[in-house]
Amino acid sequence: MSAFHVLGRNVLNTIQGVGEATVMLAQALIGKPQPRKMFPLLMRQLYVVGVQSMLIILISGLFIGMVLGLQGYTILVDFGAEQALGPMVALSLLRELGPVVTALLFAGRAGSALTAEIGLMRATEQLSSLEMMAVDPLRRVIAPRFWAGVISMPLLALMFNAVGIYGGFIVGVEWLGVDDGAFWSVMQSSVDWQDDIMNGVIKSLVFAIVVTWVALFKGYTATPTSPGISAATTQTVVYSSLAVLGLDFVLTAIMFG
Amino acid sequence: MDNLVEIKDVYFNRGERSIYEGVSLVIPRGKITGVLGPSGCGKTTLLRLIGAQLKAHKGQVLFAGQEMSQLSRSALYETRKRMSMLFQSGALFSEMSVFENVAFPLREHTKLPENIIQTVVKMKLESVGLRGAADMSPSELSGGMARRAALARSIVLDPEMIMYDEPFAGQDPIAMGMLVKLIDELNDTLGLTSIVVSHDVQEVMSIADHLIVMANKTIVGQGSPQELRENGSELVQQFLSGAPDGPVPFHYQAKPYSDDLLGAHL
Amino acid sequence: MTTRTMELMVGVFVAAAIAALLFLALQVANSGDSTRGETYTLVAKFDNIGGLKVRSPVKVGGVVVGRVSAISLTGEYYEPLVELQISTRYDRFPETSTASILTSGIIGEQYVGLEPGFIDEFVEILGDRGEIQNTNSAMVLENLIGQFLFSQGDN
Repeated sequence: MSAFHVLGRNVLNTIQGVGEATVMLAQALIGKPQPRKMFPLLMRQLYVVGVQSMLIILISGLFIGMVLGLQGYTILVDFGAEQALGPMVALSLLRELGPVVTALLFAGRAGSALTAEIGLMRATEQLSSLEMMAVDPLRRVIAPRFWAGVISMPLLALMFNAVGIYGGFIVGVEWLGVDDGAFWSVMQSSVDWQDDIMNGVIKSLVFAIVVTWVALFKGYTATPTSPGISAATTQTVVYSSLAVLGLDFVLTAIMFG
Repeated sequence: MDNLVEIKDVYFNRGERSIYEGVSLVIPRGKITGVLGPSGCGKTTLLRLIGAQLKAHKGQVLFAGQEMSQLSRSALYETRKRMSMLFQSGALFSEMSVFENVAFPLREHTKLPENIIQTVVKMKLESVGLRGAADMSPSELSGGMARRAALARSIVLDPEMIMYDEPFAGQDPIAMGMLVKLIDELNDTLGLTSIVVSHDVQEVMSIADHLIVMANKTIVGQGSPQELRENGSELVQQFLSGAPDGPVPFHYQAKPYSDDLLGAHL
Repeated sequence: MTTRTMELMVGVFVAAAIAALLFLALQVANSGDSTRGETYTLVAKFDNIGGLKVRSPVKVGGVVVGRVSAISLTGEYYEPLVELQISTRYDRFPETSTASILTSGIIGEQYVGLEPGFIDEFVEILGDRGEIQNTNSAMVLENLIGQFLFSQGDN
């Protein structure tokens, strides 16, 4: 088959996949909300998806903030501009690193776990058995996990940013001697609530939707065998990471371009 | 004796492979019907068609007179409450205890108060012999126990029909004996209609009132075990007796043996 | 893992996120942003706005009192019109005030500098959508070079 054929078929398959995924999500989310039944499920998923990701996010945030402080200082000090360390660390985190790195870590930790869990539920026929018991597996299994992901990830990104800025502070001020007052005051005059912080939150919201959606879809449509689930888990991480990076470019161009 | 399920002239494909070509059968009410056939002939597909998880391309699938593929989503869910399916793996929900699993359909579909739910669940667990295992998690159960727990879950809403998908597969003789006894007793005491899909011929023949043998994308035999044993076609006889060679050949299609061995030298 | 413990942990999670948000809002971002709260509009016409952008700051003596909210061309002769959102805390600009487009630092961002004019009994205070008559446009590099060359030529 010529390269065109292969390319064309892949594109069509991708488009079909996106369509399938949209239908799945629509069926999972659209419908009468049943707060009494859904709330405990949501609570449990928030724990699994959010709370259990907290540790990796906080530690990564701290390290990245510290590295930013260190690298930032070494570069800026040559220009005599080490007073600009504060805004450098803060803006890098708030605008880019916070949302993006959190999304990538989330895809790797929580995303792959979601895919594996749902793939396994399909392989052990739990999803079929829900259907046969007249319970919609999309509303019961997929929907709470979706909302949990969409809620948790921006919250995690906020924590990442806060811890990262603090890490930059520790390295810059405590360790390398940048002036404490200057660090915060120059930062405050450069960081805008709406343009920087809220844009970062919007980015992580978009990423959250994409990562969670991909993870759930891949799990739901995984071939119900061991190699099938393993492949689906890998694909979740790869596809959602690529999507995050691609969307990041688009969003950055829209917001800051 | 009326038929709870009727399948008329059904054609079904999976992708490009056709699974059923012109399949017609009936499931009589209140009896145990066994569905036998070689591996991969589509027995599980039959159950999924009845439960409308799959749609036939041609033909009718009727449950209690209703065409399953025509039902709206809500009507379908209502109809599904009248039937129950026991999956091969039991399909217990891994994050809940046995008790919670069995209580699940009650909590989902009824508004019964908690103490009544407790009582009903205990009764159902007692009937499958697992009341003492109520607080265990599914990962702690043996295969046979998991199936019995799943069975308790399937009868908790007192359905009209239960479909068993390979209930005896891979079980030790004692567990198998327990399951056979349970299927038989439950069918009688609860007035159920049972469909047992399996290839464990002896076990199924011992409890089935009505047998259906499937092969080659269609039905090759229907009737009571007695009838089939005496009057069944060659294929049915081979299946029922377990002979290794016959209409289903031992050798997979290949070119002649001598050609294959000697041909390499030419 | 009981439901109780789980709910507790989720509560901690949400609390930590709120704490992070507060930290970012108070410690990191521009607190005392003068464009929060009530604002009113003043307008000014310039010959050239230079590099002024929407959301550029408006300062009096270096203190931020508002932001540029819109830049457009107005009238028959297409004069640049700049709309300024000024915090209502500073609502006593007389019509004799001057608006200039200045640059912070040598190559910094451009902003609008307001100088309040003199006040006497005949001078009105600018209200909402009041126009500042006295304006100084941005310095355009080509014009400066031209001026310089001309002044050299005179010598």
